[in-house]
Amino acid sequence: MHKNVTLNKENTPSVDLTKCNTILSKYSKATHADLIPILQQIQDAYGYLPMAALEEITVRTRIPISKIYGVVTFYSQFSMEPRGRHTIKVCVGTACHIKGAPDIKKKITEVLHINEGETTSDYKFTYEPVACLGTCFLAPVMMVDGRYYGKLTIEKTETILKSY
Amino acid sequence: MEKLKDHDALVKYRKSLESKRRPDMIRVLICTTGCRALGAEEVYKAFKLEVEKQSLKDKLEIVDTGCQGLCARAPVLTIEPMGIFYGRATETDVPEIISRTILKGEIIERLCYTDAGKRTPYIRDIPFYGKQKKIVLRNCGNIDPKRINDYILRDGYAALSKVLTTIKPDDVINEVKNSGLRGRGGAGFPTGNKWEFVKKAVGDVKYIVCNGDEGDPGAFMDRAVLEGDPHSVIEGMLIGAYAIGSSKGIVYVRAEYPIAVEHLKIAIEQAKLLGLLGNNILGSDFSFDLGIKMGAGAFVCGEETALIASIEGKRGMPRPRPPFPATSGLWGKPTNINNVETFANVPIIILKGSAFYKAIGTETSKGTKIFALAGNVKNTGLVEVPMGTTLREIVFDIGGGIPGRKKFKAAQMGGPSGGCVPAQHLDLPIDYETVKEVGAIMGSGGLIVMDDSTSMVDIARYFMEFCQDESCGKCVPCRVGTKRMLDILTRITKGQGKKDDIGLLKELAEVTKTASLCGLGQTAANPVLSTIRYYLNEYEELINKKDAPSLPQESQTTQT
Ligand SMILES: Cc1cc2nc3c(=O)[nH]c(=O)nc-3n(C[C@H](O)[C@H](O)[C@H](O)COP(=O)(O)O)c2cc1C
Ligand code: FES
Repeated sequence: MHKNVTLNKENTPSVDLTKCNTILSKYSKATHADLIPILQQIQDAYGYLPMAALEEITVRTRIPISKIYGVVTFYSQFSMEPRGRHTIKVCVGTACHIKGAPDIKKKITEVLHINEGETTSDYKFTYEPVACLGTCFLAPVMMVDGRYYGKLTIEKTETILKSY
Repeated sequence: MEKLKDHDALVKYRKSLESKRRPDMIRVLICTTGCRALGAEEVYKAFKLEVEKQSLKDKLEIVDTGCQGLCARAPVLTIEPMGIFYGRATETDVPEIISRTILKGEIIERLCYTDAGKRTPYIRDIPFYGKQKKIVLRNCGNIDPKRINDYILRDGYAALSKVLTTIKPDDVINEVKNSGLRGRGGAGFPTGNKWEFVKKAVGDVKYIVCNGDEGDPGAFMDRAVLEGDPHSVIEGMLIGAYAIGSSKGIVYVRAEYPIAVEHLKIAIEQAKLLGLLGNNILGSDFSFDLGIKMGAGAFVCGEETALIASIEGKRGMPRPRPPFPATSGLWGKPTNINNVETFANVPIIILKGSAFYKAIGTETSKGTKIFALAGNVKNTGLVEVPMGTTLREIVFDIGGGIPGRKKFKAAQMGGPSGGCVPAQHLDLPIDYETVKEVGAIMGSGGLIVMDDSTSMVDIARYFMEFCQDESCGKCVPCRVGTKRMLDILTRITKGQGKKDDIGLLKELAEVTKTASLCGLGQTAANPVLSTIRYYLNEYEELINKKDAPSLPQESQTTQT
């Protein structure tokens, strides 16, 4: 838990808030309980949570920005950095672990030159670990965007990454 | 669809569905949930296309179902009424399946289940299914979970209608108490007693929450139930709500389970259309609304007080209990929280009676338990067995044993809060108490089989890394204790262990266990203690052997 979030303003492209406002307009009487669903929708729409959008949530819902920031940094699903076009989720669950997930992870780092939780400099891939994708019979497994790749080997992993 | 206005209307509706049934039709049941990962949707589409092309609409029905259990053979399909089981089917096999098996009744050998060279075409002969008892999974894999009519045809909502017309709330609670049902979320608390606490708690509003967070890495039971038979969970919640006097429910589902959320949404919509959710259900004065909340990726949110914080939109951090959620839960109101599988048991208990249910299982643990069988075992998949089944039966008879020339070493039960059960306890009848005695826990049902190439110290390190990462950081014993234990374990696996490391680990384990705020910290040391208990030699070997090669987690890939 607890991610260290570094905000790099220069790298953050200026954000068009239209989509954010459309989402927020559905919550005219938003309460604290709506915060996580709002954040989930905004992240779906933008691929990440732009700072400007968080500020907009504060203005519209009156939930203090500190609380929003607290929630965003607590849950691993949320990211405040722009993300790659493809998200690689590597399962690090128990079944995958004993069937070689650590080797798969090493291979990904080797091929993409990034560690878990990072995005390639060309914004092509974001690479994150996930504890069990619920498809343990395919171990070791990874998911690229919505697609599963099971029974991975080091060679297969490399081929898959290069196919994107 | 029209709202069903009372018990009789439901009975009539079921009769009308029955009369439209076509027993002469052949049905192909294809799992499109778990098996989706290996192309099941393409197989399903290919069947649909072929039925269209060959105008087989009157002969052949294609049903997309939830998990059928034998995930190792994904994508799997069953052909009824013959009971033929095919696995590892691809879309290119479809025309042949239709022309040979469905139209001519021939068996296609290469798609059959095989073990040690023996082909078994019929599901009734496959040992994987033979020892199972499907109560909770009775519909899973047999119906289309996106069609409420399929559920109603198999006595769906009959239990609800039974309680609404003939059983008083207190008697529902008594029936559940008598059945001996215990919570399937891990701790095994008697469900009827919990319901009674909430019923007796004072509050104008009461909530009922279904815990579908399923964070144990290596477990997928709740996912399968939510995806494959969502109405059984909804019906269980309805009955619970009626018993405790609640009119508002929430299902909390893990973020990584999009299909479960999709199927639940469809199920809730359809139940609303038939008047099985909403106001004055089946003409009674019982009203109930059900909503879904999606998690956002935090293991600790499976803990009930953290789950409540998360639903309230806060950081998902646990708080001290008491007060228990039963008296002060969601927004300070009395709240009943049960696990997915717990709720799915309820309709059967009501329908068949507590005596039927109580007859299954052991002295202290009644009914069945679903296990997610994974790791180094041939038949990975979803299994449901009576409580009291031995580990040997699960791993060897159902699971088919260990692949390759490897030997069974241990079964990890209960995930990060559990422990490893070694070979000498293979004949242990599994129930809540026996598993605890040998140093593991029943947990939610993750069962990972490990062969003799697995390093137990690495497994301990693995789980500690998980707990340390998922610790919410609120209490010091858990935050610091897990970190220190992880440091020591990492040091040992790197061959830099020190003489007194084991003593230090035990001491830290004790403190973390007694002083932590919630179950995460209280149980985080279990995998360490259990591996020290049974595999002390592996620790000592690593510690004594200086400059041991940097250890297994980095060098080992076992493939099946
Ligand atoms: C760290 C932690 C994680 C938990 N995760 C889950 C979970 O994923 N699913 C679940 O049903 N219960 C989980 N529990 C147990 C719940 O706190 C709670 O006891 C349970 O949902 C009650 O339901 P039951 O009585 O039907 O088992 C977890 C507990 C702890 C301490
Ligand atoms: S452990 Fe990897 S999918 Fe479950």
